[in-house]
Parts: sequence; structure tokens; C-alpha cells
Amino acid sequence: MTMSAGVAGTRADAGVGASGAINIRNVSKTYDPLGVNVLAVDNCSVDIAAGEFCVVVGPSGCGKTTLLNAIAGFHDISQGEILLDNKPICTPTHTSPPGADRMVVFQNGALFPWSTIISNVAYGPTVQGKLSARDARNQAQNLLAELGLPEIGDRYPNELSSGMRRRVEIARALINDPTVLLLDEPFRAMDALTKSVAQEFLLQVYDKVRKTVFFITHDLEEALFLADRVLVMTTRPGRIKYALKIDFERPRNFHMRSSKRYLELKSEVFSAVREEAAKAFEAGERELA
Amino acid sequence: MVFAVEAPARQIERQNEPVFGKSQVGGVSFALFRLRHSLTQPAPYIGFLGIVSLLLAWYLLTEFFNLPRFNKLPGPVAVWTEFTSRTPKYGISIYTPDYYMHIFWSVWRVLQAFFWSTVLGVPLGLFMGWKKTFRDYSFPILEIVRPIPVLAWVPIAILIFAGIASREAPIVFLTFLATFYATILNTMLGVESIDEVYFRAARCLGSKPRHIFFRVVLPGALPFIFTGLQIGVGVGWFSLVAAEMLSGEYGLGFLIWDSYVLSQFEVIVIAMMTLGVIGYLFSAIIRLVGSLLMRWTERGTS
Repeated sequence: MTMSAGVAGTRADAGVGASGAINIRNVSKTYDPLGVNVLAVDNCSVDIAAGEFCVVVGPSGCGKTTLLNAIAGFHDISQGEILLDNKPICTPTHTSPPGADRMVVFQNGALFPWSTIISNVAYGPTVQGKLSARDARNQAQNLLAELGLPEIGDRYPNELSSGMRRRVEIARALINDPTVLLLDEPFRAMDALTKSVAQEFLLQVYDKVRKTVFFITHDLEEALFLADRVLVMTTRPGRIKYALKIDFERPRNFHMRSSKRYLELKSEVFSAVREEAAKAFEAGERELA
Repeated sequence: MVFAVEAPARQIERQNEPVFGKSQVGGVSFALFRLRHSLTQPAPYIGFLGIVSLLLAWYLLTEFFNLPRFNKLPGPVAVWTEFTSRTPKYGISIYTPDYYMHIFWSVWRVLQAFFWSTVLGVPLGLFMGWKKTFRDYSFPILEIVRPIPVLAWVPIAILIFAGIASREAPIVFLTFLATFYATILNTMLGVESIDEVYFRAARCLGSKPRHIFFRVVLPGALPFIFTGLQIGVGVGWFSLVAAEMLSGEYGLGFLIWDSYVLSQFEVIVIAMMTLGVIGYLFSAIIRLVGSLLMRWTERGTS
């Protein structure tokens, strides 16, 4: 069985030169919920290479999700521009609507509870008209088998464990052969063991498909374990404070977590985030006062 | 296999649920299993005991002690004798075609009303929940019209339908009104209850509006729709009886009123109990259809 049976057009050696470069240029976003302007993201610039696994960390409410939503096309931005493969996808005047090129995996999961696993995974190709319903189901079945989940097709999401649901959700995204994967704290509500299994699953998938990944979390360990590059965001207004290259080779596994280099990187990123977390904490106190 | 991921393909155990072989005859055998299962629980027997004590209290109040306020009322023995008599005093028992005629007309009217309120109420409710502009237009109308008691519509109903089907149409219309409000309102709430994240996921996956309507809005609202239909059919029976008391020559509501006028009190109780049983059957059928359509809600292990 070859990979193309499941995910159309993915290559194990893809990455360099493949599509999926994201340029975030001077992006600002103000919310105006109650007549009070809130600056969520302030003059934020990042370049993400095609095929890069980029993890954004920062304290709660720092505008990470705002950035992700702008890339996904869920809302516009106030200033600046976001380019995907040099084409503007989000500017103050234009937002390209959400589509299967930028697949989002949501914080609390968004598998349709009323559809079986197989129809959830087959949903994308079916509604896009890329495949007939039957072919889409076959492809979904193949993909689930390749991901080690061959027997759950006719179950409903609430019959599965949270870890299993998350893997299905990643499969539902992958089947569309997206340019970019956007993950918004996907493993947030998991216990530590399930989480580490889910993270390894994601790494294995990434090693195979090498899509550009934009991953949000506030878990530093998770960021270090997964990322090519960790971006630390400041407290609101959000801005990229600094970037840290994680130069561990792939494929990675959990042994990496006990190496000396890992602990050095961890303490480096930890001190950077701690400062921001303290600021966020104080800001919260001020808002309450 | 190129894309072999280490995660083991685990069998997930289905809890408390028998495996019916590969074909999964599904619905029927599953329902039988649940029936068998429920008979091992104390609940049905306790419920039966409750009903027996109600009958006993009724018997004691009327026929046994014959208390002052209750001595004009028929007791359970008198009602049962009349109900099962081949030659009933007042012409209504399980052996008389008239009894079934009344049941038939009431059921037929409720079914018509239920049909129209589902056909109109569910789509309208779905659009009201889904499209904000449409809701902004229509919700105030609904909120002003809804508090008007159904009986206040009687003169209007009679005027509208004067000439065309002037006996049947007003009754069906009044029953429809009551059912319609419950259906449309619950359907709308059902759509509003759908988490925004499913709409976002659907858009992300490349859905066109019709996909969002049929694969997110409709299935997501189903639990509320069925609650609405159950409430609707309940209040539908309520208005039906009121409407039948006002006009009609058949129907259980008419029967109750007619028997009151003629002082045939046993018949009143027979009609009331018939209403209770049929009303229960209606909502049981709706629940059953609902649970067959919404299998995702009942087998959750989480």
C-alpha cells in the first residue's frame, strides 16, 4: 500500500520547495466589542517556511488564536497582511474564506458528533465535490487504516476516547491534502499520558507528510518536543517576542526529553515565557482592581 | 504499508451492549435488548405500583367510602363495567363502533395538525436559528403571536374557514397552532444550541451553504426538534379537545362535552383515559423515531 492511497499527493521527502510558506507582515488586530478598542495583536511579523513545524507559545489571551483565526480566514485583520505562498490571504480589505487548503484542528475538537467516524473523515472530499461519496469513504477507510485506526469507521465520536478522537480529527484534516495545518491547542484537555501518545502520533504524521504546521499551545514541553521553531508571544497586545530554533533531528521520540540540550532549551524558553506570564498576571490584577 | 504508525489498532469495547453479529440487525434487536434489560430493573414495577395506588385511591374515594364531594363521580368499577359491556348504558364501550369513530377522528385531526406543523415549523425554525437576518424579521412576530391563547383564535378560525370544510378545518387549525409554536421555537433553539466550532469546521472543510444546512444545522438541531415535536403533540391534544368541545360531531373532546351535557359520567372518564393512553402512545412513537434517527446520542460511553 502506498501513501497516495490515503493522502493524495503527499510525499515522504516533501518539504523543501513545497508549497505552504506563510508570511505574516506587520499584522495588527483590534477588537471593538463594547466601544473599547482592545489591541489583540500588535505589529506582528513572522515568516514560516514551507514544511516548517512552527509552534507559538504565550500566556492566555495573548492573541495566538487571533493570529490562527486570521490565517484560517475566520476573521479579518486591522493592519498588515498575511501571505500564503506569496498570495495575500488576509488583509484589512480582503479575507479569503476558510477552505480546505488551511485545515484547522480545534481546541476542544470539532468532529461532528452526529456523523460516524467514516463520514466525518470523508466529509471534506465529498462536499468539495472532489470525490464521489463512495470513493471518499473508501479513501477515508484507507487513511484510517494507515493511521492505525482501521476498525472504528462506523462508530460515533462520543464512543471513542479523547486521544482517538483527536487522531481522527487529524485524519479528517489530512484527507483534504491541505497546504497548511493549523492546530489550536489540540491536546489541551488531555491527561499527560494520552497527551504524549497524541504528540508522538502527530510527529509521526508530520514526518510522513511534511506540511507546514502552525501549532498553538501554552505547554512549553509540548512546544519543544514538536517544533522546528518556537515563537514566544508577548502578553496583550500580542507580538512575537523571540524565536527559538529547536535543532533536534527527526524523527523524534520521547527519549529526547531527557537529553541535556533539551533541558537547556527548556530553561531558556521557560525564562522568556515566565516574564510574560508574570506581566499577564499583573495585568489581570490591574483589570480586576 | 508505508505509513505505519505505531499506534495499535485497538478494539474498543462496547459497554453494556450485546454484539448482534456482523449484520447489525440494529434497531429492533437493540430495542428488545433494552426492553429485557429494563424489566430486570425495579423502575417499571414501582411505576406499576404507582398506577395501582392511584386506582385504589379513586376506588376508595368514590365507590368504597362514597365521600360527599365524590359521590356523584363514577368509580373505577362502574367505568370498567361500562367500558367492557357488550350492551353499554350510554352506547360507548370497546364493543361499539362509535368509540373507535371518536378515536379515529381525534387521531386523524392531530395527525393532520402534526404534519403541517412539522412541515412548516421545522424548516422555518431551522432558518430562524441559522440566518440572523431572517430571525430578526420573524422572531418578534412569533413572540407577539405566541402568547395569544389558542382558544382566542376560535372566532378567527371559524371566519377564515367558513364555507370550505367549515367543520374540520377550524379544529385542525387550532390544533396546528399549538403544535406549531412548540415545534418552531424548539427547532430554532436547537440550531442556536449548536456549537459555533462545528460551523467553522464545516466551512474549513469546504462546505457550501447547502452542506452546512443538511449536514450541520439539521442534524445538530435534531435533539431539540424531537423535544419540540413531543411537547407539540402534547399541547396539540390539549387544543384539539378544547376545539372539539366547541364544534364537531365526533372526536374524544366532543364525546366528553356531549356526555357531560347528557350526564353520562362514565363515558367522560372512558374518554379521558383514552386520551391519556393515546397521548402517551404518540409521544412514545416520537421518542422511538427520534432515538432511531439520533443513535449518536444514546450509545455514548463518555
